[in-house]
Parts: sequence; C-alpha cells; structure tokens
Amino acid sequence: MLHTFVALVEDKPGVLTRVASLFRRLNINIVSLTVGHSERTGVSRMTIVCEASPTAGHRIAASLYKLENVLQVDDIGQLSHVARELALIKVAATPQTRSQVFELAEVFRARIVDLAPESLMIEITGVESKIEGLIQVLNEAGDRILEISRTGRMVMRRGQHTSKVLDAMRVPGVETVAEFKSEEESSASSDLLMAEETGL
Amino acid sequence: MSTGKHAKAPTSSGTGTRLTGAEIMWATLEGEGVDVVFGYPGGAILPAYDALRKFPIRHVLVRHEQGAAHAADGYARASGKVGVAIATSGPGATNLVTGIATAMLDSVPMVCITGQVSSKVLGTDAFQEVDITGITLPVTKHNYVVTRAEDVAPMIREAFLVARSGRPGPVLVDITKDAQQGSAEFDFAAAAPRPHRPHPMLKTESASILQAAELIRNAKKPVILAGHGIIQSNAYAEVLTLAERMRIPVASTLLGLGAFPASHPLSLGMMGMHGEAWVNHAIQQSDLLIACGMRFDDRVTGSLATYAPNARKIHIEVDPAEINKNVKVDVALIGDLKEALEALLPHLAPKPAKHESAWLKEIDASKGEVAVRDIRNLPDSGHLYAAHVIHDLWRATDGKAIVVTDVGQHQMWEAQYYKHDTPRTLITSGGLGTMGFALPAAIGAKIACPEKEVWVVAGDGGFQMTAAELSTAAQEELDLNIAVVNNGYLGMVRQWQEFFYEKNYESSPLRSPDFVKLAEAHGIRGLAVRKRSEVLPAVKEAREHKGPFVINFLVEKEDSVYPMIPAGSALHEMIRRPNQNPLVETAEDK
Repeated sequence: MLHTFVALVEDKPGVLTRVASLFRRLNINIVSLTVGHSERTGVSRMTIVCEASPTAGHRIAASLYKLENVLQVDDIGQLSHVARELALIKVAATPQTRSQVFELAEVFRARIVDLAPESLMIEITGVESKIEGLIQVLNEAGDRILEISRTGRMVMRRGQHTSKVLDAMRVPGVETVAEFKSEEESSASSDLLMAEETGL
Repeated sequence: MSTGKHAKAPTSSGTGTRLTGAEIMWATLEGEGVDVVFGYPGGAILPAYDALRKFPIRHVLVRHEQGAAHAADGYARASGKVGVAIATSGPGATNLVTGIATAMLDSVPMVCITGQVSSKVLGTDAFQEVDITGITLPVTKHNYVVTRAEDVAPMIREAFLVARSGRPGPVLVDITKDAQQGSAEFDFAAAAPRPHRPHPMLKTESASILQAAELIRNAKKPVILAGHGIIQSNAYAEVLTLAERMRIPVASTLLGLGAFPASHPLSLGMMGMHGEAWVNHAIQQSDLLIACGMRFDDRVTGSLATYAPNARKIHIEVDPAEINKNVKVDVALIGDLKEALEALLPHLAPKPAKHESAWLKEIDASKGEVAVRDIRNLPDSGHLYAAHVIHDLWRATDGKAIVVTDVGQHQMWEAQYYKHDTPRTLITSGGLGTMGFALPAAIGAKIACPEKEVWVVAGDGGFQMTAAELSTAAQEELDLNIAVVNNGYLGMVRQWQEFFYEKNYESSPLRSPDFVKLAEAHGIRGLAVRKRSEVLPAVKEAREHKGPFVINFLVEKEDSVYPMIPAGSALHEMIRRPNQNPLVETAEDK
C-alpha cells in the first residue's frame, strides 16, 4: 500500500541523501518526494510517498527518527488531510486544434500558462487522480502530450493550528500561530514577500 | 553547562583561547575524557599528529586502520566509554569501514576521526581524497564533515553525544586539512551540543507496564531473553532481581553473555543457532518471552514462522525501529532497559520462597541427556578438541578473564564452554561477524583494563587476517595472551560444507605459517600445544609470562560445533551432537 510521511528535517547538505538512503536500505521504492522550505528558516519539509507493506509504517517512521537531522515525522496514514500535486503538461496543438484543449482544461479547472505556435502548456493542481484524469482525456482526445512534469504529492493535516516545526524544535514559549506570525513578520522574509508583491 | 547555540559565536566566549583546529581537536577529546586513541598517521591528518605532543593523550599506532577501529571498539566494549580511532584521508579512511560496520551492528559507542583533503579541493579527486562520509553513511549513526577550525569542537562534542546516547553506535568526523591548520577561539563549555533529543517514539507508559506485569504474573512458562542492551544500559541488577523474584530462567544472546551470571541456577546459557538443546526447547515451549535489550536476530530465532509459537512476548528495547521488526510482540516497553525494569519491578510481588516451579523442573530434566553427548565428558583419546582448550582456559582463569574472540567455530565453542559471570568479559563481533576482530579488539580491551587478564581466542583463518597487530601488541608491551585454535580449515565454512554442501571442501583448507615462529619474529613468546595434557601447563605459562604470549593449539581438524540449527530452520530442529562414546568422567573433570 501507499504510505505518506511528512518529515521536518534540518536544511543542511546531505540530509536528502540520508533520507533517500534509508529507503534504499529498507528496499522500499519512493513513489514521490517533495522538498521545500517550511515555516521556519533552517527547516525543510519533505513529503515522502512510498510503496510498502501495511505494517511497515511504524518501522519507517521509527527509522526516520533515528536520523540525527530529522526533527519530526508524521505518518499521515488515514488521518484527515489535504493532498495536492501540481503538474505542468505540454501538449502539441496548432491554432486550429487549441480550442479543444482549452475546453478540456476548463473542465479540469486547469490553466493555460504558455502558448506557442505548435504547443501549449497546461498547469493543473489537485489530487493525483485529477491530474491523471486530465492526462487520460488528453490522450483519448488524440492530443499529443509532449512533456509532463509533476511535483509529487504534498500533504498537510487538517485542523492543527500549531507550528509543527516549532513543536519539533521544542522552542520554548513560541507555540501558537499568532506568536509565530508576529515573529515572522518582523523578519526579513516578510520584507521579501512585500517586495515581490509591489514588484520591486 | 552553557547552551550550545552560541558555540560558534566568538564573542560569547570570554574564556576562550585561540588554538589551531588540530589543537582544538585534541583539547576537545581531552575534555570528553579521552586518554587513549588508536590510529595511523598520513598526509591529511598530519597537522593533528603534529599537535598531539601538547596533550596528555596516548596514541597507539596500529598496523592497519581496520585494527584502529577494532581496537577502539574493543576499548569501548571493555570499558563502557567511547572508543576513538584516527586515520588519514582516502585509503586510511576506507580501511576503517569494516571496523565501523562492526561497531554499528553491535551498537558500540565509537568516534572515528579522519583527515580530509583541504576544503578548497574537496570533490576534485585530489590525492587521497575519498567521500568517506558518503561511504560510511549507512554504517554510522551519524557523520560530519568539518571544514572550519571553529566547527571542530562543537562537531566532535556532538559526535560524542550521539555515539553514546540512546542506542549507542559509531560516529565519524571528517576534518579537512585546512580546518586543522586554521585557528579559532576554543571554549570547551561553549561548544557543548544542545541536549540530545530522545527518540520521540519512546513509550513506557504505565498502562504498558501494568500489562507487562500482568503477563509476567500469570505466566506458567516464562523465559527472559537477555541481550546486549542489559550491558549497554547497566541493568544487571534489575534483570537479576526480575529473574530471582519471579523464578524465571534466563537465556542469553551471544552478546548478552555475561549480563546474567552463567553460574546462576536460573541461567540457561546461550540461545539460538548454536545454543544448547534445552535452551532452545525452553524458548519453543515457553508461554511468555521477556526480551530485554535484544533484537530477535535471525541467528537467535531460526524460522520466524515456528518461533516460540505459544508464547506471548514482552519486548523491552531502546530502539523503536526494532519493535515488531522480526517478531510481533504483545507488549512493547520502548525506552532505557534499566528505567523500564525499575518501573516494572514494583508491580511484581515475589513468588513464595518455597515455590516449586514445574517449569524449571521440566527444563532441568531436558539437560541431563545432553551431558552424555558433551565432548568434555569423553575420555582423553589423545585428540585435542577445541572444547577442551576453552574449558581448560575457563578453569585456569577461574572464569574471570576478558576473552576477546574472533568469528567462527572457536567463537561458538567459547560461547558454549567459557562461563562468563560478569559483564564486559566476552568481547566478540556478533552482528557483523567480522573475522580478524579479535587481536586488535583485545589490544583495545587490554588498554582499557590493564589490570585485567585478557585472552584472545581466534581461529587460524581470522588470526591471519589481522596478525600484523602482533607488532602493535609487542610495541605497546601489552600483557596479552593469544590462543589460536588451529584446525587447518576455515572451520565454520568447512562445517557448512560438510552439512549442507556434501563435504565439498572448496577453498576452506588453509595453510598457515608456524605461529610460534611468527610470534618469535615479533619478539613474542610462542608455544605449540598438541595434547590435552599440555593445555593447562601452556595456559599457566602464558599467564605467568609478562608481555604478549601466543599459544598455537593444534586441534582436531574436522570437528564441528553442535548443536546446530540450520539457517532458516525451526529452533527445535537441530543437528545434535553425535553420541559417539559412553559417558566417562575423566579425572580432570572432577
């Protein structure tokens, strides 16, 4: 069965290798792995999807925790969560055949983000089955798919309001979102965000 | 202790002195309580060696870096402290790998420091450059690359913390040459790592404790499985109390030998592939297994499908990743063994003193028949069996020596015939099964415990793998006794070939040099023994001799270790000792 883990790890060289090496050692194939920044500087968030026996979850989580750079592991399992994936799909389409692709994209609430004389690029966000659905109908409609780039699944559990990173780092006195926000607002990263919004 | 967060900020340290990275390395080791290291110099670690003379640390020069890793390992196992091995970059570092993996599989706390090419040329295939952190990633608990002098102290301190915390293990610190040559402020206290994060899945809540106590109270046929964790966690007293209070027999893993006194009436001995029949029968018949700091290795369980079919299982273990890995358990107490037992014991009322356990009687009854088959009980037929050698060694040393074994038949005979009553007296490579381990590990053990008698028990095959370390023992003038159990074969390979490959002795016969002459070439006393009557006098001579001493025991060539459970078979499906002769007690055995 598919397992999904969210791991908060130190943002240091070699950490990805350590995590990947652990799965290699356990002879477990990683289906997808996404890595990016978390709400805290110096901490990355990984979403790892892998195919393993139903009872393997405990051991994988326990082994991940044995890595010194891993701060927190969440075995999502059946817990209530939101899962999303982003895909870019390049389809061969001429000015004559474009409108058909536009229609399909519309149905899937996907966006056209690039248009060229012989091709166009679709951006779609959603659960895996939605993305696979669009790919399927494009194929069935006879549209030639030139390229697909998918991010792999990323997930977040519903309804938990504390910062997981701060929990994991056991930073005393900073536990709620409100406090976390006020700290972030005064930092350089929010200045960057504003600069981006104002186009500077 | 000040917080580690500011360790890198030079302004935070008022008391710091400016030192080179090399000096910081030794000063940090000294601060961590290190007084001896095992190593081998080379280009990329030379700045560190140049600075060594300023520090009160003994350096033991080995003859091969694998020896340094095993010596640090033996030092750690004998003393309970963190062992330290040092090597240069490239081949020096790769030579450590077998020793590191050995320590990893047996959870031995060890810090290895390797030199590395300068940070400016990292990744360019510079002379003697190798990606040692990449290579050792799966066989270390953690490893570090240090490229700046100011990082040396915090990284080494963290390495020590990681090596000894939780389930111990080896940690490697790779220090570039420019980090050794550069300088930085040194403040030992300020370089303290942040407190180690306990594994978040530890779980010894009271509900599980009560559940475990309930199972123990109600068990009719309980067995304690004693593992290495008892030694690591210093939980001898608690295990002894548990066994005595509830009248539970104790079976040991190979690495658990010594954790529970072998001479205790409740001690069964070693379990598993070469365990005595009654031990494995007891496990198979048991209705409750209490696993203490052991990991249900395949050499211990045999076929998992048939393992202890009627037993409930309590697993007390510090590493959450071991729970339900091989054997599904009913109650798991995940945490430090000593603490878990301390929490458990108050819930167990002692069994009445006059309590007569049918279970213990049943086990006892199954022992009698085995004595008939025991080789020690055969008359002296002029043949010298390895079992005789180990048995006599045990008698001569009163069971009090530290015995460091290699891997193979002699290792199993040692485990069967040398009765260890105290912990840290059997040092052996269990998990990885590393031939060549014994001699260098014994050098480490002797240096850790100079007042103790230390014996190497090695086969002729494994001894030759690291025999160059005889030179180290001679140079360090160690009072080390070395027993080579010489049968002219890679004995365990030959035994498997006999049992499972139709006696096709392919590449297992082995010609060896004259070990007595080899010893003499090193300036070491040597002696050959061919008869049983010569064993005790030779052992006596070795014990009285100051300095290293080699005894070449020329034993029966095609002897096998019994009983034996073929790999993957059920625990009760064993190959028994051949019942060759009637029971005759020799005068010596009285």
